Amino acid sequence: MSKKEKELQAAKAAQEAKYAAAAAPYTPTAEDFTWIGSDASSREAIARPSISFWHDAMRRLFKNKVAIVCMFVLVAIILMAIFVPMFSPFTYNEQHVTHGNAPMFTVCEDTGHMHLCGTDNLGRDLFVRLWEGARVSLTIAFVAVIVNCVVGLTYGGVSGYFGGWVDNIMMRIVEVINGIPYMIVVILLMMILKPGMGAIIIAYSLVGWTGMARLVRGQIVGLKEQEFVIAAKAMGAKPSRIITKHLLPNILSVVIVNITLSIPGVIFSEAFLSFIGLGVPIPMSSWGTLANDAILVFRTYPMQLFLPSICICLTMLGFNLLGDALRDAFDPKLRR
Amino acid sequence: MARYVGKRVLYAFLTIVVLAALTFFMMHLLPGDPFIGEKAVDESTLEMLRARYGLDKPVWQQFLNYMINVFRGDLGVSTQYKRPVLTIIAESFPYSFELGIRALIFASVAGVLLGILAAVKRGTAWDTGSMLVAMIGVSVPSFIVGALLQYFLGLKLFQWTGMRIFPITGWDTELSKLLPAFALSFSTMASLSRLMRSSTLDVLSSDYVKTAKAKGLSQGKIVRRHVVRNAIMPIVTVLGPQAAAILTGAFVVEKIFNIPGMGRFFVNSINSRDYTLIAGTTLFYGAFLVIANLVVDLLYGVIDPRIRLAGRKE
Repeated sequence: MSKKEKELQAAKAAQEAKYAAAAAPYTPTAEDFTWIGSDASSREAIARPSISFWHDAMRRLFKNKVAIVCMFVLVAIILMAIFVPMFSPFTYNEQHVTHGNAPMFTVCEDTGHMHLCGTDNLGRDLFVRLWEGARVSLTIAFVAVIVNCVVGLTYGGVSGYFGGWVDNIMMRIVEVINGIPYMIVVILLMMILKPGMGAIIIAYSLVGWTGMARLVRGQIVGLKEQEFVIAAKAMGAKPSRIITKHLLPNILSVVIVNITLSIPGVIFSEAFLSFIGLGVPIPMSSWGTLANDAILVFRTYPMQLFLPSICICLTMLGFNLLGDALRDAFDPKLRR
Repeated sequence: MARYVGKRVLYAFLTIVVLAALTFFMMHLLPGDPFIGEKAVDESTLEMLRARYGLDKPVWQQFLNYMINVFRGDLGVSTQYKRPVLTIIAESFPYSFELGIRALIFASVAGVLLGILAAVKRGTAWDTGSMLVAMIGVSVPSFIVGALLQYFLGLKLFQWTGMRIFPITGWDTELSKLLPAFALSFSTMASLSRLMRSSTLDVLSSDYVKTAKAKGLSQGKIVRRHVVRNAIMPIVTVLGPQAAAILTGAFVVEKIFNIPGMGRFFVNSINSRDYTLIAGTTLFYGAFLVIANLVVDLLYGVIDPRIRLAGRKE
């Protein structure tokens, strides 16, 4: 209540100051005015650069401190994933059997370099394995999400744009696919495919696009009845032009938000599959396999579990928060 | 309403049939042979084994037999355990079901309460705090929650205090059931609370809530009588998919806490290429979830009369 009262008082003071100013009116002198010329175009010119939708959204996004921190953390993780395996003195599958399960900051007996995060039970350097795992996990996440996005956009776009019986049949198919719990399909697919990164991407992509397709279809159905689309049609634009020039730019923001928010889902799925023994094959590492290996020994060497867990959580948290921030930036009406 | 129910039941049935076909054909694409093990077996024995399990017939005939048997309730005999798949499911499913139900009840009650709290106290520390919990919950996989709980509450608490409050593994006492159920429910609770918060905020800004306020009703009464009943609708819709998430999440939680549920058999059957057990458990999981979704859909129609009316108009 006190905050409200303060605000009220401030408003009152401002009002009184205004009245006081009105009581002693300022009389303008000739020097207050300058002649800007009679050029009509300069009078009509727009003084400030016009702000497009994207500029506006980015401005709102960069004002959001949480979003900045998330972007910083995610970029740091991606850079580490790229550069650590390149410049490390160890490789991800090199074993130092003399010092397995070494604690953090152990100096390697063979090379004299330091194992920053210790070693696992086979004496492999965990720091390199962690970032090698980041490469695998992040690659799977990005590729799977992009594939889902392309398939979902095409499927949802066609279904929403053409409508009628096409839409009906296509959406019934999506409904049936959606009715099957996706994790079970992914597990089944993982068993017939040759284990590896490609298998996880394919398995996830085969069932993961339905969400995007539904979202895109919903957006397109709403947009295609709007005046600017009807106008484009009246002027004889082809469907391909209407879709790429009028519809896609309008749903791009929703798609970007959806992509950002679905990356944590893929990272989770990869970790989950690795955890039940269907992940990338030995000796490759991913965050999921690292966590899975660590579970067996974590009562004695908890650090081996904490490190990949922290990475998984930070990345998922980063993308989730960034996705929320992007949604707020693109559509401030939704902000709560 | 009858039309709505009919449509839903038809979809559910179709999904189960598609799932059964999918499982069957995937089993046939699998590399490896269930009868080739460590011991060398001569060709005539292999042939007899194949005939015994019906694997010598053409694929379409195997499929037909499989489908007929499935609808009779016969899921075949596990090649690894040499016992009927249905018996294995009947023995292990109650554990998974109890774990899942505990997690689901805890997740929905805690999630709904947290969401309402955040929405009603919007903009305060309560809101920030509960949404922080929700954000963490959405971002931390259940196996990490489980392992952390096991480490700190199961192991470290015992080492520090000398009292064994939470057993590290097992599924016998009430306390031993607490940690796995919480680990499993955490992410569902988080996403439900986020959903509940936004739907409560929607309802709070509606006209009938303003009317209730103008009538002079107390805040508590408005929330209880007017807000919760309307805001809870979206929660009911996502209960089906969330149940699916909990059931699959149970695989890893059962593994971490060593609970003798179905998840363990499922993961084992994958690793030992036990065709019939994989097919049986997959189908069982799938059918269970499809039916859970169906029940939620029908329940939604009962709770929300608008759905029923829309169904009639179609």
